[in-house]
Amino acid sequence: MMLLIQEQSKQGRRAVAQAPLQKAEITDIPEQFRRRRSANLPEVSEMQVVRHYTRLSQRNFSIDTQFYPLGSCTMKYNPRGANEMAMLAGFLARHPEAPESHSQGFMACLHDLQEMLKELTGMQAVSLSPAAGAQGEFAGVAMIRAYHDERGDTGRNEILVPDAAHGTNPASAVMCGYKTREIPTGADGDVDVEALKAVVGPQTAGIMLTNPSTLGVFDRGILEIARLVHDAGGLLYYDGANLNAILGKVRPGDMGFDVIHMNLHKTFSTPHGGGGPGSGPVGVSERLVPYLPVPMVTRDGDEYHWLTETECPRSIGRLSAFAGNAGVLLRAYAYARMLGREGMSRVAEYSTLNANYMFKMLQEAGFEAAFPERRATHEFIITLRKQAKERGVNTMDFAKRLLDYGFHAPTTYFPLLVPECLLIEPTETEDKGTLDAFIQAMRTIQDEVNTDGELVKGAPHTLPVKRLDDVRAARELDLAWNVSAED
Amino acid sequence: MPFIPHTDQEVREMLEAIGVDGIEDLFEEIPADLRCVELKSIPPAMSELEASQLMAGRARQDGQPACFLGGGAYDHHIPAAVWQITTRGEFYSAYTPYQAEASQGTLQLLYEFQSMMTALMGMDVSNASLYDGASALAEALLMAVRANRKSKSRRILVPRSLHPSYRKVAGNILKNQGIELVELPFDPEGGHTDIGALEPYDGEDIAALVIPQPNYFGVLEDVDALTGWGRRNKAMTVAVVNPLAMSILSPPGEWGGEGVDICCGEGQPLGAPLSSGGPYFGFLCCRQGIVRQMPGRIIGRTLDQDGNRGFTLTLQAREQHIRRSKATSNICTNQGLMVTAATIHMALLGAEGLERTAAACHANTSDLVARLSSLTGVSPRFSRPVFHERLMSLPVAADDVLRALAAHNILGGLDISGDYPELGRAILICATEKRTVGEIESFVEKLARVIELQGGVPCQLQPKES
Repeated sequence: MMLLIQEQSKQGRRAVAQAPLQKAEITDIPEQFRRRRSANLPEVSEMQVVRHYTRLSQRNFSIDTQFYPLGSCTMKYNPRGANEMAMLAGFLARHPEAPESHSQGFMACLHDLQEMLKELTGMQAVSLSPAAGAQGEFAGVAMIRAYHDERGDTGRNEILVPDAAHGTNPASAVMCGYKTREIPTGADGDVDVEALKAVVGPQTAGIMLTNPSTLGVFDRGILEIARLVHDAGGLLYYDGANLNAILGKVRPGDMGFDVIHMNLHKTFSTPHGGGGPGSGPVGVSERLVPYLPVPMVTRDGDEYHWLTETECPRSIGRLSAFAGNAGVLLRAYAYARMLGREGMSRVAEYSTLNANYMFKMLQEAGFEAAFPERRATHEFIITLRKQAKERGVNTMDFAKRLLDYGFHAPTTYFPLLVPECLLIEPTETEDKGTLDAFIQAMRTIQDEVNTDGELVKGAPHTLPVKRLDDVRAARELDLAWNVSAED
Repeated sequence: MPFIPHTDQEVREMLEAIGVDGIEDLFEEIPADLRCVELKSIPPAMSELEASQLMAGRARQDGQPACFLGGGAYDHHIPAAVWQITTRGEFYSAYTPYQAEASQGTLQLLYEFQSMMTALMGMDVSNASLYDGASALAEALLMAVRANRKSKSRRILVPRSLHPSYRKVAGNILKNQGIELVELPFDPEGGHTDIGALEPYDGEDIAALVIPQPNYFGVLEDVDALTGWGRRNKAMTVAVVNPLAMSILSPPGEWGGEGVDICCGEGQPLGAPLSSGGPYFGFLCCRQGIVRQMPGRIIGRTLDQDGNRGFTLTLQAREQHIRRSKATSNICTNQGLMVTAATIHMALLGAEGLERTAAACHANTSDLVARLSSLTGVSPRFSRPVFHERLMSLPVAADDVLRALAAHNILGGLDISGDYPELGRAILICATEKRTVGEIESFVEKLARVIELQGGVPCQLQPKES
């Protein structure tokens, strides 16, 4: 067990060099506004802080230390160069309200990135401002709503969402005031087009699709789906979570989508940072251009200018105080420049190669594929329902045991419609040796399931903690350290 | 191939194992007429060196001017250790801690962060962060409407003294959910929200009242009176605060005696560089009683199988990946890396360090205000106490002044006339602890000259050397 930083605190100890050496007197703020007791923050030295957080970092799995085949999350290598370039002093020092005269370098990067994303997605225009995928989804659905509302087409109150969709899709639709209706998946993994035909109609505002879907297959009926929804007057939303699979190969704009969000923290290799910051730019077809969220950058000759509410009066507006996660955009831009034109389609090619190789080898090792007759995209699903039924060892046990072998677990129990599933996405940045080692670990665990199931059910055995009691965490809520509550 | 490790030999072996002739065969399920494209406008690849040279040139181009801008983003010193540790690969390249046993570093850090934020705000619980201050406010208001079971109105009172972008963002996010934001005027002399502005709503059904501290003008609001009004009228009180200011100002958990229901704000002053507005992080704290309505990631302490302490994501039944269309929010991430920086930042500075920083900023701004006030026609616009930021009236148009100062590499404040035309010619200024006496003197001197040139008002300062 590691002490909390709060538990290492001793009254009167401080990291002295990090704060102003003099304490300025405040004389013009009346007592009624002042804090009476100092906040109970840790009192620790600089070295204690450095040692504590360095040690804490060592209690994490990360891409830099482990293979992280987390399906639908695209955990690929985050180039160090991109980080260094985004953290150049000139970029870090730029105030968000700095005038255009002192922003041309930064704005040039944003404008270039907008143009590259337009080309890659086949959309008419791109706004970089959404701060994460879910905010991009919100922006996308809000634009769909603004479009229908402005045409006086206000009877459309429903967004269609396939049952394999990410949970954010229905949640985002609801935040824009829509009801959602689920569309089932056919036995082959594609959207059930007959079921879609039965529910699409004058109440349909749009459909939210991920293609390739979270089932790890490319929906072959996409053009038919697009035709059905457009004929009914609805619009098509593309969830870019799986853009890595098709980068430079197929463009959502060419598939008929009207709006797309991209996750730069996936496809463009910006760091996940332990759960953010992300970045979720949106691209749109011609008819949605007026509604894009602000700010955006436009170019006039050699000069860059901001587009804000003034220039874009029909915009759905701004979604964060300033320009979104600018530092993430700079990382994505640096990465895109290092990939270049040829590098873009290689992303799709080698992530797909890696996935299909693992897909094949795991099937040969006896694991059951959810859609064995299909080609894997950049990810695929295996189901452990046999192991669960016959041996009482479930997917979570398997996942925890993988941690013992030094691999982060794949995505578990998602998508919800495949029982006992592992969604595996190796990404293009892993080499064959690593993939083979993971496949071997899966074989070994499979043997353990047959010979010593308890070993797997008790995993992990080698990490800083054993399996944690989530039920207790939710029932006996302890969300903040409190000195008086310590025993 | 950049970032792709495969050798030709490995590719051949893998294709053979799969049973196809080439990589293109793996895309056979994609309809042929959809296959693209040339990507004509994407430039060819650059080496790391070439990309660095391009980026360094652009970063230099923006010039690192002397920054007297505030307005929701503040230029504070960040200790060297903060980002050196934050960018360790184990923090930088980890995912959301769904596999708790393999993520104890991030999880314990987030629990420490929650503990620090509750201490700083005087509140019961904190989440693990949201996108930024403005979107945190939007989430806080949605939360308030859910949590206020006594109110049917979905009307929220929002002071005009609140940051204009926060008001816009809240409006944009809430507008499709039938929630009405009602603007409260500010006192034209004091710059604060007078309690009298609330009188028309006495006894009305109001879902929530927003209380900024300090407000957009830097002015301190009568937070105790406003919080008391909210309680009496059964409106949820939602504080929007600068976290650095809370080291010296009364924290939301103590306002009006019992404190507010929810508090939120922009975490940037706690270790995030200005960086053009992001990534920053929004924070959100609340009373224990409404924690189940809180959006975003929350970390809880628990035990492992052997009875040892550990940390895990908790209350996940509120979240989109479980609840889908019935989730408290569509939010899927926090701003983990920014919170990592903030936690290390707060640990290094402690309460004393934050207080010293806040006091130094306040002293610098007070010094700047005093010097500027000696210029003819320049004076503080509002009479009430402020913290570390102030609106100054000018004798000439703000945009002309600011353009002229920018030509001298000084960002001399914010022109607020677009958002507040009623306030006339004025700039919002802030001098953090990083502004030197030399920079402050230079600002005052240049401003004097600009005013003289543009307005014909005689310069009140002697030139330093003639």
